[in-house]
Amino acid sequence: MAGDDAVRALRRDGRIVIVGASLAGLRAAEQLRDEGFTGSLTVIGDEPYEPYDRPPLSKQVLLGRVRPEDTGLPRRRPVDAHWRLGVAATGLDLDGKRVLLADGDAVEFDRLLIATGVRSRPWPHETEAALDGVHVLRTRDDAARLTRRLAGRPRRVLVIGAGFTGSEIASACRERGVAVTVAERGAAPLVGALGGVVGAVAADLQRDHGVDLRCGIMVTALEGDPAGRLRRAHLSDGTVLDVDVAVVALGAVRNTAWLAGSGLAAGPRGIACDAGCRAFDVHGIVTDDVFAAGDVARTPHPLFGYQFISLEHWGNAVEQAAIAAHNMVSPGPERRPHLWMPAFWSSQFGVNIKSVGVPSMADELLVTQGSLAERRFVAAYGYRGRVIAAVGFDHAKWMGFYAKLIEEAAPFPPEFPAVDRRPEGLRPVPAGFPDPALPTHGASVTLTGHSPSERRVVFTPSRA
Amino acid sequence: MRLVVDLNRCQAYAQCVFLAPEVFSLHGEEALLYEPRVAESRREDVLRAAAACPVQAILVDPARRPEEAGSDGR
Ligand SMILES: Cc1cc2nc3c(=O)[nH]c(=O)nc-3n(C[C@H](O)[C@H](O)[C@H](O)COP(=O)(O)OP(=O)(O)OC[C@H]3O[C@@H](n4cnc5c(N)ncnc54)[C@H](O)[C@@H]3O)c2cc1C
Ligand code: SF4
Repeated sequence: MAGDDAVRALRRDGRIVIVGASLAGLRAAEQLRDEGFTGSLTVIGDEPYEPYDRPPLSKQVLLGRVRPEDTGLPRRRPVDAHWRLGVAATGLDLDGKRVLLADGDAVEFDRLLIATGVRSRPWPHETEAALDGVHVLRTRDDAARLTRRLAGRPRRVLVIGAGFTGSEIASACRERGVAVTVAERGAAPLVGALGGVVGAVAADLQRDHGVDLRCGIMVTALEGDPAGRLRRAHLSDGTVLDVDVAVVALGAVRNTAWLAGSGLAAGPRGIACDAGCRAFDVHGIVTDDVFAAGDVARTPHPLFGYQFISLEHWGNAVEQAAIAAHNMVSPGPERRPHLWMPAFWSSQFGVNIKSVGVPSMADELLVTQGSLAERRFVAAYGYRGRVIAAVGFDHAKWMGFYAKLIEEAAPFPPEFPAVDRRPEGLRPVPAGFPDPALPTHGASVTLTGHSPSERRVVFTPSRA
Repeated sequence: MRLVVDLNRCQAYAQCVFLAPEVFSLHGEEALLYEPRVAESRREDVLRAAAACPVQAILVDPARRPEEAGSDGR
């Protein structure tokens, strides 16, 4: 077939460009070579560093146990790529099949993979954001700055936003003996990602570790001294706090601005792709030479009602990059869909939190093992009579079991007579997700297929 | 040498902690912390830990051949 010949030629001496030199970009480059791609491979990254791993930045690195520069990702294999690091892609010429670079160069491609991820949402007030002492945490450089600051024994750190990153930062502060206040607009930490029931456990955990946690509160202003150093924070309840460090942890913004006007369906919610990671153009027609993977992508997921889901999860970036790379150099019938079971972990205050599925879709939950009061439990999340997610605190060994229930669209409440089931596990309770129309911080799963103010998606279980 | 642990897979069996305690440690009951960059002299220990991990969650850099160091990601 002519198409197969074209793919063969592409594999042999095509030109592939990857924009974004981080987790997804690296794993895609490795996969391309694994698949036998022998053409030219260019990886463009605006950070000056080789791909490094971000999860340790808010954990080992902030604790001072690992240096930020020691987080480089291991390689699965040599990738023989032309690395263009420290230079941003500034535009995409779809017709000319060229990526435009900040240094004025342009790189031509036969296939393009976009893996530009997300960046921290900045503090909205620019002069306040520029105060010495105001931080965000996304990059190696951010981590180096914040770690230095924590080592300087600040009087009090203010963390703005109690999503996963904010909560991990607060945990690191406490472990280092630094006083910390956490201000969260929602009713509890992690509420956007895990709901109010589990959020309440996270709140107790924070308070027990000496965090000054303030929920239902917004930071209204950050105030500096004449030298431009952060001194005080003003809260929506009228309180004024003396702080010399503030970390803005208000979630992330997708790195798609460079694609404006390119004709790709790229916007603040990410790049819309089909399940094979091919990007859509603005007409909703799928392209065949532009792919996306990792935090920047959003794809329809059959297990979750074909909603377009974007996941800011490490495991998703790894898996999606491999699928995208495979599909980039494979003829149609050999292409594979990205059907990854969403999963992530977080460690904070000495607890290993794990999640599978999409908790934020759920309306009810049931504590199937352990107990909330002991902070060792599994909660199964239900959506319209089926298991849609599970969250475990110090129950890592069980997550695979729940992943299987989700895959099988097992009925909710689950029927199995669980070991270690307690009285609180006998009846489902509302999961307690905030009204999706209200913005919260740090939900790491975004359901973007429908207006966030209405959740009318009809789910058809796969076995029906 | 660089390493990374897929903590979605890790089930806190602590085999790695046992075999290379300077590199891997448990924080609380089951949150694994590790050194992502380890001296080459510890390669044997780390490889033993990676091999013993029941869920194969530990990924280690292959030994770097000198001719790659220049071109591949430097
Ligand atoms: C502090 C922290 C802790 C985390 N902890 C966890 C955790 O415990 N568990 C978990 O599952 N996940 C965690 N994550 C999320 C995980 O790190 C991400 O899902 C993962 O990094 C996504 O990889 P990616 O390659 O898609 O995007 P990114 O890692 O965001 O990489 C995108 C790269 O593209 C670059 N780029 C952007 N625009 C351009 C441009 N125009 N031109 C060139 N380059 C560009 C960016 O600078 C960046 O280097 C954490 C993230 C952070 C920041
Ligand atoms: S041996 Fe594997 S599963 Fe066990 S703690 Fe180490 S990485 Fe995790």
